[in-house]
Amino acid sequence: MNLSLGNISRRFAETVALERVSLAVRGSEIHALLGENGAGKTTLVRIAYGALRADSGTIAIDRGDDATVAIKGFSSPREARAAGIGMVHQHFTSIGALSVAENIALTGGWADTGRAAERRAAALIARIGLPLPERSRADALSVQLRQRLEIVKALAADAQVLLLDEPTAVLAPREVDEFLGFLRRLAAAGTAIVLITHKLDEVFQVADHVTVLRRGSLILADETRRQTPRSLAAAMIGGDLPPVTRTLSLAGPVLVSAKRLRLTRQGMATGASALSFDIRGGEIVGVAAIEGNGQRELLRAIGGVDRSTVVDGTLEVSQPTAFIPEDRTAEGLIPEFTLAENLLLGTIRDAPRWINWDAVRDRADTVVAAFDVRGGGSDVRVSTLSGGNQQRFMMGRALARHPRVLVAEDPTRGLDVGAAQAIHRRLQDAAAAGAAVIVHSSDVDEVLTLAQRIFVMARGELRELPAGTPRGVVGDAMLALDRST
Amino acid sequence: MTAGVAVERVSRDIAHAMAAFALGLALLMAFLLLAGFDVGGALAALWRGAFGSWYAFTSATLVRATPLLLLGLAFTIGGRAGALNIGMEGQFAAGAIAAVAIGVHGAGTPAAIELPLVLAGGLVAGAAWIAIPVILRARFEITEVISTLLLNFVASAMVSYAVTGPLQEASRIYPQSAPLVSGARLPHLGTGSRLHLGFPIALAIAAALALVLNHTRWGFRLRAVGAGGRAAHIVGGINTTRVIAVALLWSGALAGLGGAVEVSGVSFALYQNLSPGYGFTAIAVALLGRMRPALVVVAAIMFGALEAGAGAMQRDAAIPAVGIEVVEAVVIVAALILAWRRPR
Amino acid sequence: MNAALAVAFGTASIRVATPLVLAAIGEAIAERSGVINLGIEGGMLAGAFAAAVGATHGGLMAGVVAGTLAGIVVAFVFGAIAVWGRTDQIISGMAVTLAATGLTGLLARRVWGVAGAGLSIPTMKAIAVPALATIPIVGPIFFNQPAITYLAYLMIPLAGWLLFRSRFGLEVRASGEGPAAAAACGVAVARVRITAVVIGGLCAGLAGASLVLAEVGTFSEQMTAGRGFIAIAIVALGRWNPVGIAVASLVFGAATATQYLFQAAGTSVPYQLFLVLPYLLALAVMAIATRRHGGPAGLGQTH
Repeated sequence: MNLSLGNISRRFAETVALERVSLAVRGSEIHALLGENGAGKTTLVRIAYGALRADSGTIAIDRGDDATVAIKGFSSPREARAAGIGMVHQHFTSIGALSVAENIALTGGWADTGRAAERRAAALIARIGLPLPERSRADALSVQLRQRLEIVKALAADAQVLLLDEPTAVLAPREVDEFLGFLRRLAAAGTAIVLITHKLDEVFQVADHVTVLRRGSLILADETRRQTPRSLAAAMIGGDLPPVTRTLSLAGPVLVSAKRLRLTRQGMATGASALSFDIRGGEIVGVAAIEGNGQRELLRAIGGVDRSTVVDGTLEVSQPTAFIPEDRTAEGLIPEFTLAENLLLGTIRDAPRWINWDAVRDRADTVVAAFDVRGGGSDVRVSTLSGGNQQRFMMGRALARHPRVLVAEDPTRGLDVGAAQAIHRRLQDAAAAGAAVIVHSSDVDEVLTLAQRIFVMARGELRELPAGTPRGVVGDAMLALDRST
Repeated sequence: MTAGVAVERVSRDIAHAMAAFALGLALLMAFLLLAGFDVGGALAALWRGAFGSWYAFTSATLVRATPLLLLGLAFTIGGRAGALNIGMEGQFAAGAIAAVAIGVHGAGTPAAIELPLVLAGGLVAGAAWIAIPVILRARFEITEVISTLLLNFVASAMVSYAVTGPLQEASRIYPQSAPLVSGARLPHLGTGSRLHLGFPIALAIAAALALVLNHTRWGFRLRAVGAGGRAAHIVGGINTTRVIAVALLWSGALAGLGGAVEVSGVSFALYQNLSPGYGFTAIAVALLGRMRPALVVVAAIMFGALEAGAGAMQRDAAIPAVGIEVVEAVVIVAALILAWRRPR
Repeated sequence: MNAALAVAFGTASIRVATPLVLAAIGEAIAERSGVINLGIEGGMLAGAFAAAVGATHGGLMAGVVAGTLAGIVVAFVFGAIAVWGRTDQIISGMAVTLAATGLTGLLARRVWGVAGAGLSIPTMKAIAVPALATIPIVGPIFFNQPAITYLAYLMIPLAGWLLFRSRFGLEVRASGEGPAAAAACGVAVARVRITAVVIGGLCAGLAGASLVLAEVGTFSEQMTAGRGFIAIAIVALGRWNPVGIAVASLVFGAATATQYLFQAAGTSVPYQLFLVLPYLLALAVMAIATRRHGGPAGLGQTH
């Protein structure tokens, strides 16, 4: 079965998300869809899946028997699924309190429930060849198994076209290889696959065709073998960006010191052995880990946000400490508050009993100017700013207190390359000014580019790897594959 | 924010409030028409009771606006911290019981001593009555909504017990308390007027609350917890559980004060059904006032007028005053939909 | 306690528990879909009023149908405001209850005048189930009840089947546990939630009818007196499961029925203490049945 999207356009209020973009994928073919964050990749596949309507354009399905159906678009995912289209979303869409079988039945539109659904799910799982415990609750699965569940769900209604939105973002390198192998087998069996990614090596590993989007427009569509990593990167970014230069600063005094530290996660010990380490001023420590391996607890303990997880040992952290949470709008900022109010929130510990709003506004405006926050001054609500501007404001607010220790969780998630590089430079500047910087990223490559020291956490255990360790070795350490369990 | 924007926002909010209010009134009238009541007579009585004369405005409308304002501010304190105190009816009753328990004693004591005791009794009793839901929320993460609501019924039974038992008047015939001693009564403003000192007290509390919310660290913490609890905790290091607990205690205290002011300024005695649902009307008042003290004052007067008019409507047009609850419900829904976002 | 007193106590417990279990099962279905409906109190009140009017004019069956319809209408209004209007569920529910209180008060005055409904309303008589009713003590307690109580018995397995064995129930639970994820899986979350709320309203209307036609025998203003709110506490105590809810409702029924016991014994304890017993019990129960023990993860979230 073939799927072709023709001249799809879509705007959201003032911004153009897609401008006359076309994409065609045939059965047995893997088509990579590349682009920076905000380029329109997700919007395009959501339209193909019926989760969004296009403003204009056509969707055509060809089952190979001359019965091409051209339609304006699907009005719901239900319709798209009935037409043989399945989708794996960027975020997990399984429901934790339901069983694996129930999750599959839900997405597959099955009328079967209970035992009948379990039997049918087991049969489907066997046919697809991705083993899953069909009776477990979904929230009891590991990240890798939850990802499998997403695939099985997408294929539950006999999908002939599979749309995948950054499916590898949550996987460790070795799991990515397994996953890409599975996609090849699936394509070989006749399925048409659209794979969204921003990792060029994955494109060259599996994709037959590649399409590059930039700011809602189609920049390039070609066979993968006729392209090079450099040509695709240039198409994505629209010119060369200066590479991040790793600054080597002199190590300062010890600012963070952990001795025989033990942490818990949801009441369970995160690791067999205690953690001991020192971090000095001027150092950037990158923490590489897959979701749920104890890095969140460690970063939040160092950042002073949640010390309740510390059950044993000592953790000394120099003050002041600044913490930048990964969830900007739920944990870092109050969207309904103005920039001035959000600035005050970050410094409320030191605020006097009566608030001098003029002084607070002045300080907010200083951060806005110094950190290139675009979209308004101190009296503008944070909710009106773009993600990159929110992130820069948060960084500026954190650095305005001149912290000796700066802890950041995934500080560039959801930002485009330019915005991410601006954040990287700020982190490096902070280290150069003598702060100890601890950064976790869900992207191994970001850790490798930025960090002078690499901490890997797996199952609550921490290991340090020397800077310059190859990517694959770091990846195996994240899975604790090199250790017997 | 520039003055122009502020004026624009306030006038838009007042326009929204008026629209919501008018919609509620229109729907009630439509319903009365369908049910076969005399709509013309109803409207005339409503107007006469609320604004028909200076006496009606001060001695009916503003007298009823007083508890609504105190309770509306009580809801506002909790609401701005993100907690919903649905139990103001119960705290009002607890405050009234305490005020009467204090105010029936000490005949001959000067008002300068007796009155503060009576009002403080109301404050403390209101805070004590909400203490159980506060503990349940702080210790067990149980929503205050259901617990405060259930305690309303318990408070009502307590009033019933008090006026037939320990606080019953000396002759033990009527289910009500003995009258307050003169020193325990709030002075009236001007002879012949029923408007009492409670109204200016409520206005002063509204002004103080506005100042605290907008210009103090304490008020900022409270607003931050209500607008974004997790960010307040993670970035501001604010103990959200504690802030919510303190906000709810103050909310209960103000509602208790409302009960004390009502017995000390209007009824001078405790009896069953002292409040015609002020505790629920005040939710509409606070929401219509977008939980901003200055606007809550305006909303309280509008609802005071409605309550006063409803009394006249029941007397003159034989339409049960309970019908006013329809207006309140419509105003709440309209305010929710017009505001769209949570007020801040 | 002698056998006659035990039977009287048990029968009264079941009679009080009947509207509670009906309302709580309906509320559980709504809450499983992620909607907490404080308008259930208003739905019961409207159901009680409509049942009283319907039974007066058209007999018992008409009363039950009218009560059910009224409950559905009130729930639909709430669902439209809270689900389609995406407003705060708690406040919207309060508003709906307030409106129902006002409207039933007005209409009651219109229909019956100042004197009230009195005892002019036909009531349901107990029907003994052949064979079962002859079991000693248990028989007369459980199987010598009005027809609507037997309907409540039936609702327990029916709701269990609906929630856990039907496609609709799967969508309801998905909408309640993760509305965003459910929508991504193709569930029409808003439609599922409205439907669940309306089913809840149907049950609340039945509960109101049962209150008037099988328990109290007349209609008075605000006669539900917080039973809808108690039903919400029962849902939490019963862990959002029909069987748990049935047991919890019985506990509340028994707590209320103790006042008959003590009245019979002639103690000097103030009667108000018995009046508040169910409310205090509900509070205590909530302290034990805390949130971390469950409840749909997306309860109260707008979508």
